[in-house]
Amino acid sequence: MRVPILKQSQYVIASIQSALSDEDLLQLRDDLVQNVGRYRSRGVIVDVTVLDVMDSFAVRTLRAIAHMIRLRGAETVIVGIQPEVAFAMVQLGLTLEDVTTALDLEEGLAYLNHQMAGAAHVK
Amino acid sequence: MSSSRAPSAEPGQRDESVVAIGSSADIVTARQQGRALAASLGFAGSDLTVIATAISELARNIIEYATKGEIVLSQDDADGRPGIVIVARDEGPGIPDVSRALSAGYSTGMGLGLGLPGVRRLMDEFEITSNAGRGTTVAVRKWLP
Repeated sequence: MRVPILKQSQYVIASIQSALSDEDLLQLRDDLVQNVGRYRSRGVIVDVTVLDVMDSFAVRTLRAIAHMIRLRGAETVIVGIQPEVAFAMVQLGLTLEDVTTALDLEEGLAYLNHQMAGAAHVK
Repeated sequence: MSSSRAPSAEPGQRDESVVAIGSSADIVTARQQGRALAASLGFAGSDLTVIATAISELARNIIEYATKGEIVLSQDDADGRPGIVIVARDEGPGIPDVSRALSAGYSTGMGLGLGLPGVRRLMDEFEITSNAGRGTTVAVRKWLP
């Protein structure tokens, strides 16, 4: 199932609605890398709240998304990793080290707003 | 795709469900069925996620190294304590050096090198049989806490 991607002011938000196959995850990656340019977005939020499993492929793809979005000049925040998923990820040795995460959509937006305010200040 | 088999003759084992693994959609099916079975056995919370994640990694290994195979889900009990049994079976090339495949950081495929050692950490029991050219069978168990 294709993940719906919404534009909200200067951000794009991908809100995952159901379990994703590998193809769905790769489609999400491609859609986000395209959309960040189409909407000239400064930030991307990927909401994984509904995912009950994040295996090595899912984690690797989320890292790839964050790195590609950074190369496109925007920031990514992964929001909504559930406590059980975090537990299983740590046991499996999966990390999202250099990727920003936040508790939920609200916190993710707050983080991006803060980053954008900081960036505007530097200019 | 899944089917049921007649109950096995082994003591403590009841009927099992078989999920054919040949595409990434089958990985999702296998972990959802495994999660449902685990929930029916009484597993909850992070155990359900751990079991589903282990199934996902085992199914992924099948596709990555053998293209196709099957995941067999069943239940077992040890002195009245229920557990879930997951058997991942393929007829792929086999693993030439099993002990190396179980050491952290080793991987010949596209994965993160976390596959088998990671699954071993997630589960209570882990057995692997692999014959070069004849395939690999990994059997894991997790007991209800």
